[in-house]
Amino acid sequence: MGLPPYATLGQRAWYYGFRVICALIFIFLITPILVVMPLSFNSQDFFTFTPEMLSFDPEGYSLKHYRDFFTNNEWQRSLKNSVIIAPIATIISVSLGTLAAIGLSQSHVPFKGTIMAILISPMIVPLIISATGMFFFYSSLGNWMENSLGLDKNFVGYIKVVLAHAVLGIPFVIITVTATLVGFDQSLTRAAANMGADPVTTFFRIQMPLILPGVISGGLFAFITSFDEVVVVLFVGSASQKTLPWQMFTGLREQISPTILAVATILVAISIALLTVVELLRRRSERLRGMSPT
Amino acid sequence: MTDVQASGPVLAADGRPLKRSLARALRRQKLRALMLIAPLLFFVAITFVIPIGSMLFRSIENNIVGDTLPETVLAIASWDSASGELPDEEVYAAFVRDMIVAVKNKTHTRLGSRLNYELAGISSMFRQSGRQVRKWDPVEDAPFRDKLIDVHKGWGEVSTWALIQTYSGPYTSGYFLNAVDLQLTPEGIKLQPEEKRILIKLFIRTLVMSLIITGACILLGYPVAWLLANLPTRKANLLLILVLLPFWTSLLVRTSAWKVMLQQQGVINDVLVWLGFVADDSRLIMINNQFGTIVAMTHILLPFMILPMFSVMQTIPPSYLRAAKSLGATNWTAFWRVYFPQSIPGIGAGCILVFILSIGYYITPEIVGGTKGVFISNRIAYHISSSLNWGLAAALGTILLVVVLMLYWAYDRIVGIDNVKLG
Repeated sequence: MGLPPYATLGQRAWYYGFRVICALIFIFLITPILVVMPLSFNSQDFFTFTPEMLSFDPEGYSLKHYRDFFTNNEWQRSLKNSVIIAPIATIISVSLGTLAAIGLSQSHVPFKGTIMAILISPMIVPLIISATGMFFFYSSLGNWMENSLGLDKNFVGYIKVVLAHAVLGIPFVIITVTATLVGFDQSLTRAAANMGADPVTTFFRIQMPLILPGVISGGLFAFITSFDEVVVVLFVGSASQKTLPWQMFTGLREQISPTILAVATILVAISIALLTVVELLRRRSERLRGMSPT
Repeated sequence: MTDVQASGPVLAADGRPLKRSLARALRRQKLRALMLIAPLLFFVAITFVIPIGSMLFRSIENNIVGDTLPETVLAIASWDSASGELPDEEVYAAFVRDMIVAVKNKTHTRLGSRLNYELAGISSMFRQSGRQVRKWDPVEDAPFRDKLIDVHKGWGEVSTWALIQTYSGPYTSGYFLNAVDLQLTPEGIKLQPEEKRILIKLFIRTLVMSLIITGACILLGYPVAWLLANLPTRKANLLLILVLLPFWTSLLVRTSAWKVMLQQQGVINDVLVWLGFVADDSRLIMINNQFGTIVAMTHILLPFMILPMFSVMQTIPPSYLRAAKSLGATNWTAFWRVYFPQSIPGIGAGCILVFILSIGYYITPEIVGGTKGVFISNRIAYHISSSLNWGLAAALGTILLVVVLMLYWAYDRIVGIDNVKLG
């Protein structure tokens, strides 16, 4: 939609004006994320650019906030908790979610609409409401597990947070996997069955490799949901399950330390990596299904 | 056709009628699909649906009075609070018997704080009386009426007993009434005292601010979505990264970034001072107020507006606009009469999504909202973790849930829940 050579002055002005507006909106979208990065190398405990930083004086920059993150016990414990909780929650939501998505994509499913609505609801119901509901129910569930099953209090705390995070990740798995299954050629499974493969073999040898990109990107969504989640863990977990976002949240609300910016920069790097993976997977999946020429 | 009629129904290979055979295959297929879904449905029911249900139940449940004061509740049922006279000695004796048990179990303070939500000061009455009642014997020390009134003069007021009578049932509408700034009193439903009437205001503020945020997202999202949909694919994909990166970045990272940007000693103020737009001593206050919440949340929710708009606009052929112009429409008419109506589904989807998300936001308003920019969800969190008025928190949550579910239903109607796309 380039500008035609006969465009009037007004059209030219609008054409460029519109682009400037769009550029400003893009700047609005991206600046907050970019600003955090250089500030995390601040050698002072300030949240703004010091004169030394602006004159690119090496004195103004340091890695001390990163050092703090990697040596401080509180931060390391919360990082460890996040790294424990998120993968387990992801595995639960991916395995159950993929099975259900395969079930849902078959041609005759009774009450499909209702089932879908229930399975997507954890994404739609505001987190604060899910957290309130879970707070009441999980505390009695936890008491029951501690008293009747005799489980360790700490362990029960992890179970509660993992279950809560797993259910929050499920809608993402359902959505991405059903979207991949839309393009799945059901005659392939019939062909496999025809040649004598049992349903399990068919699933792992034929269906799974083809829908794998969707499963992985659903898994990444579920992972980031858990890795990024504060509200529910705040209500359901106890201090020993403090995750990284929780630690950041306390830091932001109470004493604000620039270590948060270092953590933020690391998290941005992680999200860039995840975004790249998801994008590559999406293209691969489209290519596999012959949906786009790229 | 005539052949079929002559030789009876068509048979399958195993000799059964084909129709029945097909029906059986279909039934088996349905069963298999359901078996695949069942584990997840069970999991979601246990970990999500039941917790939400328990919240709904808790918003009306009021067993605490009946459990802590079982005899009093029975004895007081026949008393007429409108008579203006104090209940009989029988009620006082029942109360003391109940209290002796409650003090032993240490449940009387919990009942006190429960009733304190309805009548300020009653909590300390329970605590104070608990210390005295412990020393009494239910038979030897009778009668109790004057003794109790000696311990705390509140026990000599009709309103105290009327309150206990009003809240003696196992269920109450009290929490819901409190949630909309009303209260259930012995004389019926009344407005809360002026200084406690904040929740309706908060509900309205939540709705208004969510609408402003949604509106800001439309204004900012529409041009970007249009640009992305009309650029060549390669360039559009490149620019799409600028939308997807914030979408993928941790919510807390973005919130802390806005805290850094908007502070009085923050980046935006520094730049404005440096440019000379603002004097150093009159830096703008952009955080801990509604402005901060609106800006930060618009930024956080903007990708949720752009992505659905973009996917709808991609399907609108650009030739429609050219056709309209060649038929003599001005640029504006061509856009407003031809392009815009076709892009409405995208706007609708984005609006509902952004509105649903913003109405229940907690983290961002908590950090950048101060006191003026907080939402109803912050109040829910406050009642859960600080004031411990869980019933009220549950009632507020239920009201919010009903609003969101109505919007969810509308979304399902307009867009279809199967059509939600991510990234």
